[in-house]
Amino acid sequence: MSYVRTAPEAILPAPVVARPSLAASLFGDAASSLATVFITLVALAALPHLFAWAVTNGVWVGDGEACRDAGACWAFLRAKTPFILFGIYPEDERWRPMVAVGIFVVLTIWSLPRKHWTRATLFGWIAGIVAALLLMGGKTIGLTEVPTSAWGGLPITILLTVLSLALGFPAAVLLALGRRSPHPALRWLSTGFIELVRGLPLLSMLFVASIMVPLLLPDGVTIDNLFRALVALTFSAAAYLAEVVRGGLQGVPRGQEEAARALGLSWAQAMRLVVLPQAIRNVIPPLTNTVVVIVKNTSLVLVVGLFDLLSAGRVALSDPDWPAPYAETYLMIALIYFTICYAFARYALHLERTLGQVRR
Amino acid sequence: MARGGARWRWWLPQIGLLAMVVAGLAWLAANVADNLARRGIATGLSFLDRAARFPISESILPYSPVDSFAWAIIVGLGNTLFLSVLVAAISTLLGLPIALARRSDHALAKALGGGFVDLIRNTPLVVQLLFWYGAVTIGLPPSAEAWQPMAGIFFTDRGLYLTTFGLVGSALPMLLAVAAGLVATAILAWRGKLRQASITTLATVMISVVMACALGLQRDTPVLGRFNFSGGLTLTPEFVAVLLGLVLYASAFAAEIIRGGIDAVAKGQWEAGRAIGLSERQTLRLIVMPQALRIMMPPMTSQFVNILKNSTLALVVGYPELNFVTATTINQTGQALEGIAILMIAFLMLSGLISLLMNRLNARIALVER
Repeated sequence: MSYVRTAPEAILPAPVVARPSLAASLFGDAASSLATVFITLVALAALPHLFAWAVTNGVWVGDGEACRDAGACWAFLRAKTPFILFGIYPEDERWRPMVAVGIFVVLTIWSLPRKHWTRATLFGWIAGIVAALLLMGGKTIGLTEVPTSAWGGLPITILLTVLSLALGFPAAVLLALGRRSPHPALRWLSTGFIELVRGLPLLSMLFVASIMVPLLLPDGVTIDNLFRALVALTFSAAAYLAEVVRGGLQGVPRGQEEAARALGLSWAQAMRLVVLPQAIRNVIPPLTNTVVVIVKNTSLVLVVGLFDLLSAGRVALSDPDWPAPYAETYLMIALIYFTICYAFARYALHLERTLGQVRR
Repeated sequence: MARGGARWRWWLPQIGLLAMVVAGLAWLAANVADNLARRGIATGLSFLDRAARFPISESILPYSPVDSFAWAIIVGLGNTLFLSVLVAAISTLLGLPIALARRSDHALAKALGGGFVDLIRNTPLVVQLLFWYGAVTIGLPPSAEAWQPMAGIFFTDRGLYLTTFGLVGSALPMLLAVAAGLVATAILAWRGKLRQASITTLATVMISVVMACALGLQRDTPVLGRFNFSGGLTLTPEFVAVLLGLVLYASAFAAEIIRGGIDAVAKGQWEAGRAIGLSERQTLRLIVMPQALRIMMPPMTSQFVNILKNSTLALVVGYPELNFVTATTINQTGQALEGIAILMIAFLMLSGLISLLMNRLNARIALVER
């Protein structure tokens, strides 16, 4: 399509490069002013209601009766938070899940700075996971035994996240290498596994795990619900992480592997010492984002009857003594998830900026 | 090293690996057969012909408990597809204004868009769905005190009641016109003539509105009876909660994909647009968007697959989609293996189909590199 211009086009003013001031951004032209007025009006209409619900009419102390026909029932959260956080774990033993959560929080904060990304930190994590599991179970270290069916709340959410990552990541590296392997059998198996898991909804996988795992094992061998859910979550984590790691492997120039081999390293050494460190370093930001996805995914275990944070919240809501303050409860649970996920997302963004990779 | 030896060393580990995998699978299969035999479950698909005898609370395909299990599963699949298509369409449309708000200079719009996206993306979808389900069942008033934001629309804790408009007389000519319009749009879009396709869409909508007005409309308003509303269109609380939750969740992700696509277009393109005298809006529409669209295609493909997969969460609030129906079928018949196989095949085929269609579309609009 072409045309001949017969009259000169109207000259537009030169583009303005400077950032507009706040006032100009809010009332710069008709459209901005309209948007400002509209948003302000909506806020003015909604905020008083919200304030009345949450503060003026909110019930801070009292029992279920005090909450009937009132605003937000914060008293419910005061009464139920220990249950939502720790589930049906015996009350006298609640210091154990608290310490377990504490171990993971400390380990996570310790692992944030790049100078702490060492072998010692890795062993610290392994020791931390083992310690947390022993502490929660209790039998091996001489405490009262608490079966996994009584574990619940936040520790389940955190344990499932950490374990599915810890078990899924090594599998993911192997799958990613397998998918790029020149050996057809290895390639087909890896690709098949990754695509199968990625094509299925996690909810269906949890179903499959809870129904199929008992059928797949020989007679007499049983494993508990927690483990079945962990199998599904680990498979899913492995498949998604594998694709991220594969992306990292693709970003390492072929010459790196060739140079390592030319130096006389074996394939395994070349991978372990030369290629994988570069590949994984490049994909740490997307790996961190995958952690966010996995944390969110653990909330799905409620469909197979596990007692995670969300299930505990639902059970707390079914207490007939209280008028089911769903909004307050789900807001609190959402806030806990949000704190974890948002922190990881910001951390990923920070790494992306500081790891100094040049894109495009 | 002899050539034959090298070939041997190439194949031996692979054959060994395959043999191990096959042996492992065989062991698992033997366990399954053993377990099924012990529980007295006969395998086979013959159960599909039997009457399902369980209710499905709502469906877009006609269903009654005397229908077969096979039909029940198809009905569940129909619900999954219906929900996914609706969510994909609405969330993509909502994503654009959110993305533009986040990119704008308007401080309030930017903050609101950013807050919405961060909040939605960093909380689990299940929590959001349960929240919305609570909001539409506990938060809304009972039928007798229905909340009426607009004439003819009623919000109650039993669902959403909408006034519908039926045509007076035969709707056939209009349906034919709409069908012809849709086919023409699809063909044009397939050929990559997106501009003509959007014009055809607009023309189809206008023609059908004109035809509907010519025929005359009949209003069907919900009326409060003794216990509940009747007449009009009823949306159940489950459907409203699931649709709301999935649309909001998906639109936050769609907004990020669209924003990412626009941001990925080189800055020089904007500057070039300004340099040849186009306004900001013209540059976005004529120069940046067509290029951004190409960048958005691959993430949009996975977004649509994700929407399909996320629609399974509808089961948490009791909307009868495919997982729900399959789980009920497994409970009723004990045919776990067959049920799971059907579920897996259905989802793998649907994800595959979405990827295939989007890749074809992508190939149509991809830049021809010289």
